Amino acid sequence: MTTPALAIDNLRIVYPREDEEPFVAVDGVSLSIAPGEIHAVVGESGAGKSTVANAIIGLIDKPGFVDRGAISVGGRPLGSEGARLGRDIGVIFQDPMTSLNPLFTIESQLGEAMRFHLGVTGRQARARSLELMRAVGIPEPERRLSAYPHQLSGGQRQRVVIAAALSCDPKLLIADEPTTALDVSIQAQILKLIRDLADQRGLGVLLVTHNMGVVAEIADSVTVMYRGAAVEQGPVGRVLTAPQAAYSQQLLAAVPRISEKLRRFAVLSQEDEQAGAARRRIAADYGAGRRGGQAPLLEVRDLVVEFRSGGLLGPPRVFRAVDQVSFSIAEGEVLGLVGESGCGKTTTANVVAGLVRPTAGEARLAGALVAGKGARRPDEAGRILQMVFQDPYSSLNPRLRVGRMIAEPILHHAVAASREDAAAQTQALLEAVGLSRESAQRYAFAFSGGQRQRISIARALGPRPQLLICDEPTSSLDVSVQAQILNLLKDLKDQTGLAMLFVSHDLAVIRQMCDRVAVMQAGRIVELADADRLFEAPRHDYTRNLSDLIPRVENARARAEGRSTWQT
Amino acid sequence: MLKALTSRLTQAVLVMLVVTACAFLMFRYVGDPVRVLSREDATQEEKAELARALGLDRPVLVQYGGFVARVLRGDLGVSFRNQRPVATLLAERLPATLELVFAATVLALSLGIPLGVLCALKPDSVLARAVQALSLVGVSTPTFVTGIVLILVFSVGLGLLPSFGRGQTVDVFGWPTGLLTASGWRSLVLPSVTLALYQLTLIMRLVRSEMIDALSSDYVRYARARGLPERYINFRLALRNALMPVITVTGLQIGSLIAFAIVTETVFQWPGMGLLFIQAVSFADIPVMAAYLLFVGLLFVAINMLVDVIYALVDPRLRASAR
Repeated sequence: MTTPALAIDNLRIVYPREDEEPFVAVDGVSLSIAPGEIHAVVGESGAGKSTVANAIIGLIDKPGFVDRGAISVGGRPLGSEGARLGRDIGVIFQDPMTSLNPLFTIESQLGEAMRFHLGVTGRQARARSLELMRAVGIPEPERRLSAYPHQLSGGQRQRVVIAAALSCDPKLLIADEPTTALDVSIQAQILKLIRDLADQRGLGVLLVTHNMGVVAEIADSVTVMYRGAAVEQGPVGRVLTAPQAAYSQQLLAAVPRISEKLRRFAVLSQEDEQAGAARRRIAADYGAGRRGGQAPLLEVRDLVVEFRSGGLLGPPRVFRAVDQVSFSIAEGEVLGLVGESGCGKTTTANVVAGLVRPTAGEARLAGALVAGKGARRPDEAGRILQMVFQDPYSSLNPRLRVGRMIAEPILHHAVAASREDAAAQTQALLEAVGLSRESAQRYAFAFSGGQRQRISIARALGPRPQLLICDEPTSSLDVSVQAQILNLLKDLKDQTGLAMLFVSHDLAVIRQMCDRVAVMQAGRIVELADADRLFEAPRHDYTRNLSDLIPRVENARARAEGRSTWQT
Repeated sequence: MLKALTSRLTQAVLVMLVVTACAFLMFRYVGDPVRVLSREDATQEEKAELARALGLDRPVLVQYGGFVARVLRGDLGVSFRNQRPVATLLAERLPATLELVFAATVLALSLGIPLGVLCALKPDSVLARAVQALSLVGVSTPTFVTGIVLILVFSVGLGLLPSFGRGQTVDVFGWPTGLLTASGWRSLVLPSVTLALYQLTLIMRLVRSEMIDALSSDYVRYARARGLPERYINFRLALRNALMPVITVTGLQIGSLIAFAIVTETVFQWPGMGLLFIQAVSFADIPVMAAYLLFVGLLFVAINMLVDVIYALVDPRLRASAR
């Protein structure tokens, strides 16, 4: 039997707490990775998956410590005499934009680990760096060596990070969410690179991720973690297609699929009666405010947004972020806006929301001109259009109580008759998004990311909008919370005729949520079609390409049957 | 780079034009030059004659043009108080101030940076705690109090160091320096310590917070994850990032020290620009005040440009965008 690249035996990691029982972040986890094997650790935030990875690289946040258990890499225990970080273990982090030091050249950052761990000279390090850069597929490596990180794209930076991790020929690569911060096309390339490196170099890979699609596409085996414990382990094909543990089953059921549209997402926990009642009440209240009529609720025509840069001297550089974009949204309709980062989808949403002024073109909301030449946003437009932002950590005012935050727009738009009425509506909204009434008395910091996003949705729904702009509303959330929030939005759409402009790069979520989808590339809409048609028979090359590159959890079955699914 | 530099230069020229305009207005309208320059019993005709001779009857813009031309030639007018060219006065006083500020800055940087790093790396050590507490005192004590206390202890009490003046000076290529004589050095100690104290605490606190930021950054975490030695991470990788803002702050601090060393120079009777300015204010010596304004404006514009250039040389991100 070959020596495993990584063996973890009965690991337990504890965070001592003041005046309380210590918090056990990881309890009794064992796993083993053979050379050339990619082992994924999956689970929701707080499950302890990153803590396991941090334990291997010795970077557990204080005051946590390894209470029990053994870790060995390539048959040797961790430590200065045994397996060493950087030499025997390579690490790649989530965000390539911040992993590299901006003030040092690529050559310096690639070579430093080799100089310290292998004692090579500058010239040898340079030769090996070039070799590594070719291995990870960076074009023109000679020129790139003397470049600084900011001169490389995100994908290239992640390749450099991988090259640096491999510089001392480690036996184990730890990849903590290596592609979460990347666009789908880059993600596909990086995943393929990791797969190839594992195969060619016999590298064991510990892949920490929350993306089941990624697991299905490249991992060989998987550990499902829940509350610090490994609830299920096994080959990917088996665990993802026929999970045994109850938690794994629920987790997989909550993952949005791209291949077929479901009416609702399966949720992990049973929804309570109170939330359902609150939702029905909100829907009933809404009824009076419905507009009716044939004209589209939102109409965007020939929208152009240009950003200028450059100073007093020389011609300004013009960047056209949005280029001749037109679309409309009918009442009760959900339009998806998809594309890679920088394609102009968020800018388009911001124009509609009145946050960015268009260079040309116009947007009409319920007949009123809300963006474009001579636009004046009537207060009513401010009420019927609400927005849910991507980042729940920065979109809530840290100095206001949650109740005040939600009641403010309700009172401003005079949706409530009195303060008492507003307070009652606030409570109903909180219950509808699955939070307790008492939440109104607390501040935003007391809530987790998923809870904050629900608060932000409750706040947006307060003034009874007819159009909700959702900019990546669930991209920072765990799948189970994502499922609950998407279900809530679906319910509101069905029960109240709420229309949505749904901006996302996650095609699976788009598939589940949207009636029609507009695909954007470099500022233009390249394809706009009914969601079913678009996903089943994409016409434009770019759409086809985008949908091919999405890692699909459905592919686990094919992998189980020994077929390769990866197409780059 | 060249393009960025020309654009910065254009901005600098614009700023200087505004500053000269202010100086001109002050010169022209604060106090009446005719009344200051003419005899007390001068007749209306004599006054008009003088105004014509001074060119005060011409349009304001023409007068301003003439003022700018004179300034460019280095003619800053004549001091009302001692009837000597202002440019000469400034040139006499500048070396003293520059030496004082130079000594203070070297002191502040050479102590401030290591102490800041220490406080960031070992926040719980006794030394770091003491430094932190003392730095609070350093920031909040006014300069004149520090100066007077130092004089009381080291000059009056212990009689170790002189309490005023800059000691003996030696002329080096027309630059009177106090750095070549023992008495010059001895005289420099107390004023430079006084002047450095605030700057030192400022730099120390800045380095500390920047260093803490750098140490908690992803790239330092990534460097740790590659098993690089701690010393290399702290002093080569993190420190370099932490020192970037120190360049800006030091530059601006040098500017304000040269311009506003007034209090220190007054306390120690240091024959520098600040003392010159204070005397000019008390005698309403408008030409000196206007020239001082011009000088301070030029100083800040020049230092800002210098800081930008240094930044562009040290930070690769700016180097690229400046290209």
